[in-house]
Amino acid sequence: MATATKIIFSGFGGQGVLTLGQVVADIALNQGKEVTWMPSYGAEMRGGTANCSVIISDSVIGSPIILRNIDILVAMNKPSIDKFLEKTSEDSKVFINSSIVTDPVEKAGAEVLAIDATNIAVSAGNARAANMVMMAGFLTKTGLFTIDELEQALTRRFAGKKELVDVNMKAVKQGLEALA
Amino acid sequence: MSKVLMKGNEAICDAAIRAGCKAFFGYPITPQNEVPEYMAKKLADAGGVFVQAESETSAINMVYGAAAAGVRVMTSSSSPGIALKQEGISYLVGADLPCVIVSISRAGPGLGGILPGQGDYFQSTRGGGNGDYYLPVYAPFSIQEAMDLVFKAFDVADEYRTPVMILADGMLGQMMEPCEPIAKKPNITDHKWAANGQADKRDRNVVTSLSLKGEILEEMVERRFKTYEEIKTKETMVDNRVQDGDEVALVAYGTPSRIVLNAIEMLKEQGIKAGLIRPITLWPFPYADFQNLPSSVKNVVVCELSMGQMVEDVRLGVNGKLPVHFYGRTGGMIFEPEEIAEQVKKIVGGGK
Repeated sequence: MATATKIIFSGFGGQGVLTLGQVVADIALNQGKEVTWMPSYGAEMRGGTANCSVIISDSVIGSPIILRNIDILVAMNKPSIDKFLEKTSEDSKVFINSSIVTDPVEKAGAEVLAIDATNIAVSAGNARAANMVMMAGFLTKTGLFTIDELEQALTRRFAGKKELVDVNMKAVKQGLEALA
Repeated sequence: MSKVLMKGNEAICDAAIRAGCKAFFGYPITPQNEVPEYMAKKLADAGGVFVQAESETSAINMVYGAAAAGVRVMTSSSSPGIALKQEGISYLVGADLPCVIVSISRAGPGLGGILPGQGDYFQSTRGGGNGDYYLPVYAPFSIQEAMDLVFKAFDVADEYRTPVMILADGMLGQMMEPCEPIAKKPNITDHKWAANGQADKRDRNVVTSLSLKGEILEEMVERRFKTYEEIKTKETMVDNRVQDGDEVALVAYGTPSRIVLNAIEMLKEQGIKAGLIRPITLWPFPYADFQNLPSSVKNVVVCELSMGQMVEDVRLGVNGKLPVHFYGRTGGMIFEPEEIAEQVKKIVGGGK
């Protein structure tokens, strides 16, 4: 299973982490890859914690659950770090929403990228697009997909609502600028 | 048709509508709420009827009504809700009515929890309702298979005039993976027995499970059991991946079998050859596959998200020829591949 990439998206309910996972899963599907998307579906609500697991692979995927060896962690809040950082490895990539997680995050060997996502999204005109600012981490660090593939996925998701695609892409681009 | 990304619960509905389902009656319960949600949104556009009933009991009796009228009908619920439907299911069987019942199971007993569980194997395969009966029960392990089996379930229900159950756990209901919607047309037959109005041109059709004369009721039950024999012969489905040379046969159904597949990969890397037997129909159970295991198999290990229910069928199938071991988790806790691999290593002697 060496070819599988295991990703956790985690944050407060309402921060768009499930959407983020679905967009990445949709891109993988359109790349012809095998993919699973699995939400945590406990008694979560807005303001509570939410997360989803996305596994992308070239071959058939067994279990859709990720319990250890997370390859990429997208953490939008502090509880996400508390819960999942210990399940990353020294080869992992960790993307942190540093607008909310203000304490420094360290993991031996792992590549930790702080993205001022919520503040960037607010300056881009929509605080709810903070999830898309986090996509900048994927684009600069993972090579899993291109910005064009991302735009196509958002166009599929917001079919007929170009203004939503534009708002989200603006957030992504501002994220890229901040990381440049 | 190209692949789409769908939640298991939604894929089940998509397949049902493509199979010609024209009526859905349900009541909300986690983790299957996307089923009634999807049906509420889409079934009317497909020329069907959606009703959110006032209870599970009410919903299953609405299913009885629609089925008696000869309409393809489905309901869905989760464990405690399925428990409430059992009376209606027994009546549907007694009246020989086709329908599809989707059970997206959670951890029990009682209200239990909303996380995945497989403690409803007995409930599904042994019948929670009164009287002598069985239901064909399909246990998909992927979203594509869920689509395929739901589509098939409507045909099987019609052909044998029986309720058919789809048993999947909350994991399958909630997860998304690519799947290809079914492109073929459903094979819908005209039910001559349906109580759908004969306009005084023919004798009226009566649909009932009541029969007060012992001789007649016995005949009806025996005829139904002849049908069960036919279902056993023609409809048993299994995914048997055990090969000659495997020393362990691992048995699991539904999404947990995917975790077992990961465990088998791990064991292979450690030099232990194991293969999976995955019953797809839980009733009829693929007993024959356990009678004809390769001689290399020395141990059978059953893994369920329960305290061990299917393991009883596996023991019936193995019939004392081999040791049958069990490993399970409950409460919504899900075993990891590492755990299963560890159990298997203990059983085969670890030191390898």
